Amino acid sequence: MKGIAKSLMVTLSTFTRKPVTRDYPNYHRPLPERDRAFPLLLWDKEVDEPFCTGCHACERACPVECMTVLMKDNPNHKSNGGDSSRRKIIDKFWIDYARCMRCNICVEVCNFDAIAMNNTWQGHETSVHDRKDLVMDLQQLLAQSHGGAIKEWVPTLGQANE
Amino acid sequence: MVASPQHEFETQDLLINVGPQHPSTHGVFRMVLTIDGEVVKDVVPYIGYLHRGAEKLCETMDFRQGIGFMDRTEYLAAHNAELSYVMAVEALAGLEVPDRAQWIRTILCELNRLSSHFMFLGAFGIDVGVFGTPFIYAWREREAIIDLFEEISGDRMMYAYFRPGGLAWDVPLNFKERVREVLKSTRQGIKDFDELLTQNEIFRARTEGIGYISAEDAIDWGMSGPSIRASGVALDVRRDEPYLKYADLDFDVITGENGDVFDRYYCRLMEMHESVKIIEQCLARLEPGLIVPDKMPRMLRAAPGEVYIRTEAPRGEYGIYMVSKGGNRPYRLKVRSACLSNLQALKQMSVDQYVADAIIVLGSIDIVLSEVDR
Ligand code: SF4
Ligand code: SF4
Repeated sequence: MKGIAKSLMVTLSTFTRKPVTRDYPNYHRPLPERDRAFPLLLWDKEVDEPFCTGCHACERACPVECMTVLMKDNPNHKSNGGDSSRRKIIDKFWIDYARCMRCNICVEVCNFDAIAMNNTWQGHETSVHDRKDLVMDLQQLLAQSHGGAIKEWVPTLGQANE
Repeated sequence: MVASPQHEFETQDLLINVGPQHPSTHGVFRMVLTIDGEVVKDVVPYIGYLHRGAEKLCETMDFRQGIGFMDRTEYLAAHNAELSYVMAVEALAGLEVPDRAQWIRTILCELNRLSSHFMFLGAFGIDVGVFGTPFIYAWREREAIIDLFEEISGDRMMYAYFRPGGLAWDVPLNFKERVREVLKSTRQGIKDFDELLTQNEIFRARTEGIGYISAEDAIDWGMSGPSIRASGVALDVRRDEPYLKYADLDFDVITGENGDVFDRYYCRLMEMHESVKIIEQCLARLEPGLIVPDKMPRMLRAAPGEVYIRTEAPRGEYGIYMVSKGGNRPYRLKVRSACLSNLQALKQMSVDQYVADAIIVLGSIDIVLSEVDR
């Protein structure tokens, strides 16, 4: 009986502790800056175009082959009278979020820091009614960064911080 | 005096099917029990519902791409699973891992052991019939650890944080304080469970003396981890073949005596104290430094050859056998899963037990079906 009484004491003592549960859809806990949801593309605000040059590095490195990249000549390039130094730029880009395993490899291989893992709640709340809707196109991938709602954290491989 | 019914009527054994989608099978696992009244006479387990061919898939991937798949073979202790894999790659590619990376790896693996054992405590509580309470308490403690992992690696379960040679990136600046904070709640959590379950008479009556397996049989079945230590065999890869920094650390190998369900539970609980001890020692010795080798090759290429690397994951020996013919991907990869070997002893443990106890026996081995089936 002593043991059971002790067990009950443990249960009772939790009444005196602060609750740890959160009322989720109404309350969103702050996410750490390294949080990894799904990859999205970043927007170069200086020249008003995506960072991505469509170099296919991420497409080749992705373990689950969920990306499709098409590049085109940049109409905004200096030779065409524009102000961008990117000769090539992304034309079409698809990422199938249903297949992506959030491994961060595409971010590591990108030489232009053009892609980052979404670290906001928007990246996590992607439920849809049809799996087809999880194939994101260029506009959807850029929308969040274009609108400015992402705190960028692009890790450098093997970066030491002390 | 009424004669016992066996002598008067012919009785017939009954086959009952548990699973594959049954809450108490901890995943997609099916067992067919032959029962005589309430007593289990035979158990036929069926596995393979979660087979995804992770080993074969990894042979088509380069070394970095394979890490993510290793996470998914052992989703409750992904750091430990990654560790074996990257250590195998390091052995083949001849990479020296810097000290700091090794200390951090040790800390993360032990934290993962804690979170995995909490998961066991909670799920086992439900198997025994203490519905809800221990599960939610375990979840509360595990959540603190998982949150820490999220701050470090960015993900809550599939970390993909270890890399051949070291770590993907460094830990945050407040790492030490955060780990200490988590350890504080963990210590309280272990104490709670000790009082909630270990000393509870009902819990003991339910778990003591059932699912017995002797030390010899456990060795014959190739069991490992806490499941074999509960039978009194002091087998721990961390001490027998130290990897990472375990040779420099002071910890005990916890063994049981009776080899029953209670001992398997108690060994895990006591092991958690050791993990806390290990992490504290690591924190005291963690110093600034490199987290990948100085001369990290840009393209990782392995030398031809083969290695077998074993590490002590929360459920036992997690081994990676890797054959390389040169190049940047394994030629053959085989995962030695602790759960698969531990599961083999299920029949021996549960025959002649009551049906209700068969569930507890299964729970006490602490299986992760994705590791069994890969
Ligand atoms: S995201 Fe980076 S790696 Fe991928 S195509 Fe664009 S520039 Fe290349
Ligand atoms: S995170 Fe991994 S799986 Fe997802 S798109 Fe990038 S490389 Fe592919």
